[in-house]
This record gives sequence, structure tokens and C-alpha cells, in this order.
Amino acid sequence: MSTAIQTVEELANQEYKYGFVTDVETDAIPVGLNEGVIELISAKKDEPKWLLDWRLNAFRAWSKMTEPAWHNVRYPPVDYQAISYYAAPKKKAQLDSLDEVDPEIRATFDKLGISLDEQKRLSGVAVDAVFDSVSVATTFKDTLANLGIIFCSFSEAVRDHPELVRRYLGSVVPHTDNFFAALNSAVFSDGSFAYIPKGVKCPMELSTYFRINAANTGQFERTLLVADEGAEVSYLEGCTAPRRDENQLHAAVVELVALDDATIKYSTVQNWYPGDKDGRGGIYNFVTKRGKAFANAKVTWTQVETGSAITWKYPSCILQGDHAVGEFYSVAVTNNRQQADTGTKMVHLGRNTRSTIVSKGISAGHGQNTYRGLVRIGKGARGARNFSQCDSLLIGDRCGAHTFPYLEVKNTSSQVEHEASTSKIGEDQIFYCRQRGLSTEDAVNLIVNGFCKEVFRELPMEFAVEAQKLLGVSLEGSVG
Amino acid sequence: MLEIRDLQAGAGERRILNGIDLVVNPGEVHAVMGPNGSGKSTLAGALAGRDGIEVTGGSATFKGQDLLDLDPEVRAREGLFLAFQYPVEIPGVNNAYLLKAALNEVRKHRGEPELDAMDFMTLARKRMSLLDMDDALLNRPVNDGFSGGEKKRNEIFQLAVLEPSLAILDETDSGLDIDALKTVAAGVNAMRSPERSLIVVTHYQRLLHYIVPDFVHVLYRGRIVKSGGKELALELEEKGYGWLDAEPAAATA
Repeated sequence: MSTAIQTVEELANQEYKYGFVTDVETDAIPVGLNEGVIELISAKKDEPKWLLDWRLNAFRAWSKMTEPAWHNVRYPPVDYQAISYYAAPKKKAQLDSLDEVDPEIRATFDKLGISLDEQKRLSGVAVDAVFDSVSVATTFKDTLANLGIIFCSFSEAVRDHPELVRRYLGSVVPHTDNFFAALNSAVFSDGSFAYIPKGVKCPMELSTYFRINAANTGQFERTLLVADEGAEVSYLEGCTAPRRDENQLHAAVVELVALDDATIKYSTVQNWYPGDKDGRGGIYNFVTKRGKAFANAKVTWTQVETGSAITWKYPSCILQGDHAVGEFYSVAVTNNRQQADTGTKMVHLGRNTRSTIVSKGISAGHGQNTYRGLVRIGKGARGARNFSQCDSLLIGDRCGAHTFPYLEVKNTSSQVEHEASTSKIGEDQIFYCRQRGLSTEDAVNLIVNGFCKEVFRELPMEFAVEAQKLLGVSLEGSVG
Repeated sequence: MLEIRDLQAGAGERRILNGIDLVVNPGEVHAVMGPNGSGKSTLAGALAGRDGIEVTGGSATFKGQDLLDLDPEVRAREGLFLAFQYPVEIPGVNNAYLLKAALNEVRKHRGEPELDAMDFMTLARKRMSLLDMDDALLNRPVNDGFSGGEKKRNEIFQLAVLEPSLAILDETDSGLDIDALKTVAAGVNAMRSPERSLIVVTHYQRLLHYIVPDFVHVLYRGRIVKSGGKELALELEEKGYGWLDAEPAAATA
């Protein structure tokens, strides 16, 4: 605990630590969206015709869709024609080594604490650093390549492994899936791609850091992860964004494919700019994440969501094969004027499929936190089991917690359990901690971290530490 | 150690303490006795800085400092410990975790190096043996699901780890059976030293069989109406508190 307390203390007086802007020339397309813009994006990236057609189909589908309104979040209408759909750092020549990376960008990474060469040397984490949508540098490629693992930017994957991309792109989240996913499919700029071959256990955590940099630029990342039969991989996604006054739209899509006997663990720490105390600015985070698990495969989502003005996100599992396993562990924090509508869908199709949902929502300030989850057990999913636990923690008396669990069970041999609780950090708990020598802030962090620990222990070690820090920063000033 | 002068305090509109005077020197054990509603817990709360208890007059000096001017956590780090009458449950927070954080706050305040997990556990185990406590309690959430007796032992265990200079035990005996009472008292006695003072707040004399006080004070209607040696506790046991009504103001002089 003492480390967590220290870090919280260190961070306590900062507002939004990552609110700086890097001065790099940006190559952006003018605002607006039409087929011409999509053709331009595709041409800039030198894409094959099949991908352009796929984008255009998505765009046409999107044009006929309406923005969803069923969620429990409120925001002014987004003008999709006022957004620029592509931005890339101008110098984007192929680089032979990290030394060739633009010094400004390097400095930015240093501020974020992810100095690439240090990571390369010390941590054993391969970083595919995404800076304003285009990958700047990728490390550890050689080690991974020796095992046949492909880990690269999405654009590179389209160029070098078109057959894999074509086969799996849209196989989990179709281009017509929902409004935001369709928009992403039409305009996605870049993202990450990983393929783990049959029977290979990826020897290191794969990690991507995302960052929105240019003003008025939407961020449309696309991630595709394929674990072939019997493969295993753990993937880390961490997000920080510089502070901006106007709202920024972020509509990402992540697709995971776990073939028979494969295991994918996908962990996210999301810390996009949440807006100021009065709800000005902040990121709109409308994300579609879904994994498909074939026979005996396992997909685990772990997320710590502390940022964004609005979060709309339901990392889901389609348990397609028999004995497939899906897991969802989530901590979502809303402070000040933040709103989150997040949860998961567990769709049981195969026999004896199992799923676990552990959701921890923390609301402070005027924050509104909604858990929305669907457990659907199909007719053929005999012997399926689900366990769901949804806990809410309230700090103060102006925030809100909401829980919408949906259960659809279509056979009689399945078991579904749902537990829910709502609690409040009590004055007496805080006084008890203070009487033992802890400051109010440390007491709150101690209690909040205790509340979240079932989720934190699912995170890789270094991420767990970062998650605790983020929680401290996010809840700063929420008590007393 | 502690010097209380004409302390007045209340909660909301209600006045509860009507001028308390009490001096506690290093190494002394003071018992504060009194019937329900006499202000015993308010006194303990006022000294610890509990929210909702408002000090309206008088002073309290702790180790030469104005105690009432300090935040509750600073009072704790300075060495004032309150064993709660109703220890608070904190689900999800590991007992050892809280205690290690607390100990390191105290050590930092004293300018001592923080203890790492290994050294802390060694110390914790040693102190647990004083109280005949089950090791498993260390790794359970703070007071969550503890029996009444376990909670009280846990308070004294925290006392033993934090080694405060002044410990206030607020009805630590309530809810304890006789065996648990003996164990807890033995734990407290093991912590007695010439540098450490104790204020034992209790209804009953029975705790004072085991933790023998140097002084006994009777708190009644927000005032200390009688003070004496340990024999005063026996007298109270014999006569109850009813006789206090007969001689109300006399003892305040």
C-alpha cells in the first residue's frame, strides 16, 4: 500500500498530467466525410481495392444509420461533418532505428514514461507506439518474428499480410455492426495487428500506447488480434491524451479471434482527457470491442476506465465453440461531470461455455456511472454458466450509479448468477483511517483500491501500479 | 503528556462536555468511568478529533502542542491512539495493508525509515502473539466479518504495532467474554511502560481488575465529579452511579 499512497501523494497536486501538446507538423485531411474522403484516406495509405470497397460499404451502411440513443449518457449532438478524418505526423519515412524517430515525438513518449529504448532494454515489453494514428516505431519485432508472431501497425499488416487481414477483418465486428463501428470501418486510419501462430505462447506482453495529438482530429483506431489454435497472448492497451477544450471523438474497434484452445488476455487502462471540473472538453469514447472464442478458447477483457468525458463501451465475448470461456473485469470511474455507460455482452453459443463478469463502478462528484450487461444463453448452449457481480461505490451525494443487467436464457440446463451491491464510503471509515494516521486522500484511495482489487489482480503487474495511480488522480478532491 | 483544561464540547445543538479538567503524566493509567450518556465517548472523540464533535471551549495540550488545532491524522502520527468502541468495517481493505500504511505514516512523521513488507510482517506476528490472535485475521478485510471479540483484539493489536505515547481505550471491554477480556487486558498490560500513558474509558469495574489504573475519574453529566485511586472503582461497583445524583455539584469544585 505504501507505494500506492506515495504515488498518489506525488500525483495529488497535478490536474491532468498528460495535458501537453507536442508541436509536430501534422498532415491532416480537411474536415468532412464523403466517399471522396474515404478514397483519399485509402489512397494515402496505398490500400488494395478490396479494403477500399470494404470501407465504402461501411460508409454507405453508416450513412443510413442513426446514432444510438438508448444509452444513459447525455451529450450535445456531434457534427460528423466538422471532423477531420485523418491525421498523421508528416515525416513518415520508414525508419531503421529508434534514433530516427522525430525528437519531438521521442520527447512526448518520455513525458508519458514510455521511453522506447528503455522499454526495449529493460522491460521486455514490445511497444507498437501509435502516435496520431500512424505507428512511429515498433520494437522487439525480431524476437517475435523468430516465433512467427506478427505484431505491427494495421497498415503494415494490410501491406505485408493481406490474406490474414482480409480473412479476419470484420469477422467479429462486422462493418454494419453499429453506428460507431461502421464509422470506424469507413475511416479507420491505423491501429495494431497481431497474429500468434498455432501453439505459440507469446513470450512477452504486447503493448500499445495511443495518443490523440492534433486538434480537431478524430481518432479511429482499428485493432485486430488473432490467436491461432492453441496460441496464447496477453495484450496491453494504455491511453493518455493531451488536454483540449473542444470535445474529441474517439471511435475505436477491437476484434479478437481466439481459435480452438487459444487464450487472449486483453487489458486496457483508459485515461483520455475527462474534461474539466465543470464538464468542459473531454473525449467522447465510443468503442466497440469484441472477441470470439472457439472451442476451449478463452477471451479475457480487463479494463480500468478512468478517463473520457463520455464512455460508451461494452467489451464482449462470443462464446462460439464448446467449452469456451469469456471473462470481463472492469473498473470504471466517473468524477466531476464524467459519464460512463459500460459493461459487457456474453453470448453463449457453444455447449458448457462459461463466463464471468466482475464490474466495479465508482462515482464521485457529479459523475454518472452505468453498468449495462447482457448475458445471452442460446438454445444450443447446454450446460452454460455465467456468474456476474456488479458493485457500485459512491463518494459524496451528488453522483449516480445505475445497473442494467439483461439476462436471456433459452435452455433449461444453464445456470446464471447475478450479484449486485451498492455502497458508500462512510465518514466513519475515513475517520477510522485518519485516526490511524492516514490522510483523507490516502484513506479514500485505500478504500477504493480495496474495492477494485478483484479487478486489479487480473492486470499485469506494471499495469496494476499504473491503474492505482490513475485512480488516485481521477478521484482527487472528491472527498472533503 | 496530556493536559485538559475546562474542555467543553457538544454535537450539534447538544452540549455534552461541560468543562473537563484532566492531567495525564507519562506512564500513568487513568480510568474514566460513568453511566451511559455521561460524555465518556464524546471525551474520547473530542481528543481524537472525530467529525461531528464540536469543541466549544477550553483547551487540550498534548506533548506541549495544542491538540485541538491538529488534524486527526496528525494527532495519530504524534502518538495519540484511539481504540474504538465500535471498530469500523472496511470491506476489501486488507487488515495488514491498512496497518502497514498506518505504521509507516507514523514512522515517516518521526523521521524513521519506512518498514518494508517483510519487516512489517515480522513485527506484526510478534505483536499478534501477545493477543493470542489468529494469523488469518491479518489477511482479512479490516474488521469485516470479525466477531465482537476479534474486533476488540484487533484494536489492541493495532495499538501494539503502532506503539503510541497515549492510548485511549473506549469501552474496549464491552462485548468481551471473560477469557477474551483477560487476553485483551494482558495485551494492554504488556504495552504499559513509563513513557506510555493510557486512558481507559469503561462502564464497569471488571476491566480494572485486569488493567489496574493509577487514577479513577467519575464522569457525570459532562463533568468529572469525583477522582481518586483504584479503590474508587470498587466503591462505584458497590454503590452504582445512582448516588451521584444525591451530591451533584459538590465534587466539581
